[in-house]
Amino acid sequence: MSTEITPPASPAAGAFPTGGLGDLSSGGAHVRAVHDEFHGDLLEVSMGPHHPSTHGVFRMIVTLDGERIVKLKPVFGYLHRNHEKLGEGTSYLGSMPYTDRLDYLCSMTNNWAYAVAVEKLAGLTVPERAEYVRVILAELTRLLNHTCLAGFLMQDCGCSGTPLMYAFREREKILDLFESLSGSRMMCNYQRFGGCRVDPPADWLARAQTLVDGYTAFLDEFEALLTGNEIVMARTQGVGCLSAALAVSAGVTGPALRATGVAHDLRKVDGYGVYPRFTFRVPLGAHGDVYDRYMIRVLEMRESVGILKQALAGLPGGPIMNPAAKLRGFRPKAGEAYGRIEGPKGEIGFYLISDGSPNPWRYRVRPPSFINLTILEDMCLGHTVADAVIILGSVDIVLGEVDR
Amino acid sequence: METPEQIRDRLLARFPGAQVTVVANGSPSAQHSLLVDAAHGRAIAVFLRDDPALQLDQCSNVTGVDWPEKEVIETTKTTVPDPAGGTPKIIEEKSKRIEPGCLEVVYHLFSVALRHGPVVLRMRTGNRTEAVTLPSLMPVWRSCDFQEREVFDLFGVKFDGHPDLRRILMWDAFKDHPMRKDYVGPDDYEWEPTPHGDVLAKARKHFPAPAVPAAVPTPPTPTA
Repeated sequence: MSTEITPPASPAAGAFPTGGLGDLSSGGAHVRAVHDEFHGDLLEVSMGPHHPSTHGVFRMIVTLDGERIVKLKPVFGYLHRNHEKLGEGTSYLGSMPYTDRLDYLCSMTNNWAYAVAVEKLAGLTVPERAEYVRVILAELTRLLNHTCLAGFLMQDCGCSGTPLMYAFREREKILDLFESLSGSRMMCNYQRFGGCRVDPPADWLARAQTLVDGYTAFLDEFEALLTGNEIVMARTQGVGCLSAALAVSAGVTGPALRATGVAHDLRKVDGYGVYPRFTFRVPLGAHGDVYDRYMIRVLEMRESVGILKQALAGLPGGPIMNPAAKLRGFRPKAGEAYGRIEGPKGEIGFYLISDGSPNPWRYRVRPPSFINLTILEDMCLGHTVADAVIILGSVDIVLGEVDR
Repeated sequence: METPEQIRDRLLARFPGAQVTVVANGSPSAQHSLLVDAAHGRAIAVFLRDDPALQLDQCSNVTGVDWPEKEVIETTKTTVPDPAGGTPKIIEEKSKRIEPGCLEVVYHLFSVALRHGPVVLRMRTGNRTEAVTLPSLMPVWRSCDFQEREVFDLFGVKFDGHPDLRRILMWDAFKDHPMRKDYVGPDDYEWEPTPHGDVLAKARKHFPAPAVPAAVPTPPTPTA
């Protein structure tokens, strides 16, 4: 919602000494007088698009009264390549590698959300082993995304380097796992309609188990550095508060919504895949500020470790692909479907309309970080520029997905 | 959750004069949708949000769909009895009909409070050229803010009542709406070292073959 700003009434003509800085006969008293009477003209600052704190090519037109933000308009689209038009011009399978490029930290969950939408459209079932493998990869992606985000957020707060490098050390291990399974570290292109592309071998599962077993120790170390840190608390608590009602109305999903205290996790609400078989809790915040959003992510990582342990222990044998699933020459009959899953950043959904041809008539991505940006202005109003940087960091955006 | 038919019946009872139809979905997902008329669109949206049995408090996804005009060929068969008393003749007549196109906006509504959904709401414009105005649902759900701007930007649907209807992904000076099916990309030729296929055709159009240069006189040979 646009916020109308009435600039403060300009002082009457002649209120300021006209001598300027050249006349210093008064010993600078008139300069001080000007300063006292300075009513704060509004200043418009363009933050970005090329700045490390904007997490990509993203721009905020900020109107400042002193150092307080009174208006903030996000500007994006610099990475727009009309992903949805590309999806309409290629086959259903042809869009799968493109989904990797949306949110390039979470290609596994993007793949899964797209596969869910196509499976709904075509009525395909997924073998049990593939559902377990999908859960394992999605939870590894959640660990990867939340770890990185926590590191970036600390970077935004000003603790340069160390937390981010700790986070990237762990991310590297997960990327190594993805690489050995799918052949690519970030552009995995791993899920297929009706299953997964390759069956994880036993030694891969053993490596995943080792990583999962060691992750709690990393989280303990990470939290010992950050969670109780006085500076982190001073910078993040009470900053960027979001109310539950506004968050629901604005379609905010994921950790940002749960930080406001709304128990909405699609793993529980929709119970897709084999998630109902696992025991896990949904952490909720109370204040909806930046600190809560950070804490929700840390707590979610601990729950993800629990899910991963259960999934690795209960992984059944059997096929990884539904033999009825057709990848080449795939023509679902006319109709439409909206499929969604809980990605690390929120609800990632795909809406497909089929007209019976090999290409979808309409291919729509519901990008969580784009919609979570809707209330960026509401969260930033009244805060300083330095706070806007960490508020944006706590929303967790990836411009590949925002701009599409 | 109520079926779309039940919701339609309640909407028709609540809003006399409104046009609400259920659009069947042939796919196994069976997500049928409600097509509502633009005049009652916002009132119906408020009702769906505030109704205690539905409480669709989250508008998760907003998107546009382009349905261009299409030519439909219909075959009609008429049986003409043979005056001689033989077998009657069947005459097939083919007629062409232009089915008007429209732009459609689709809203996927969920209830966070009651944990159900989706209810799929659709609105259609009168045509694809002049009558492209639909009521904005941003006053009902805040999440429509950026998403309706995106539909405006990429499809060209004008949302009446949106407080900040500007382009969002394309730049402000951009003229066309790229997600429309009949959009033709600009002819800004991208150089390729070995153009082939479409790129070669486009390159030839972009750079017409150079005119044959007129005979250039050779410089006189220096003597001595």
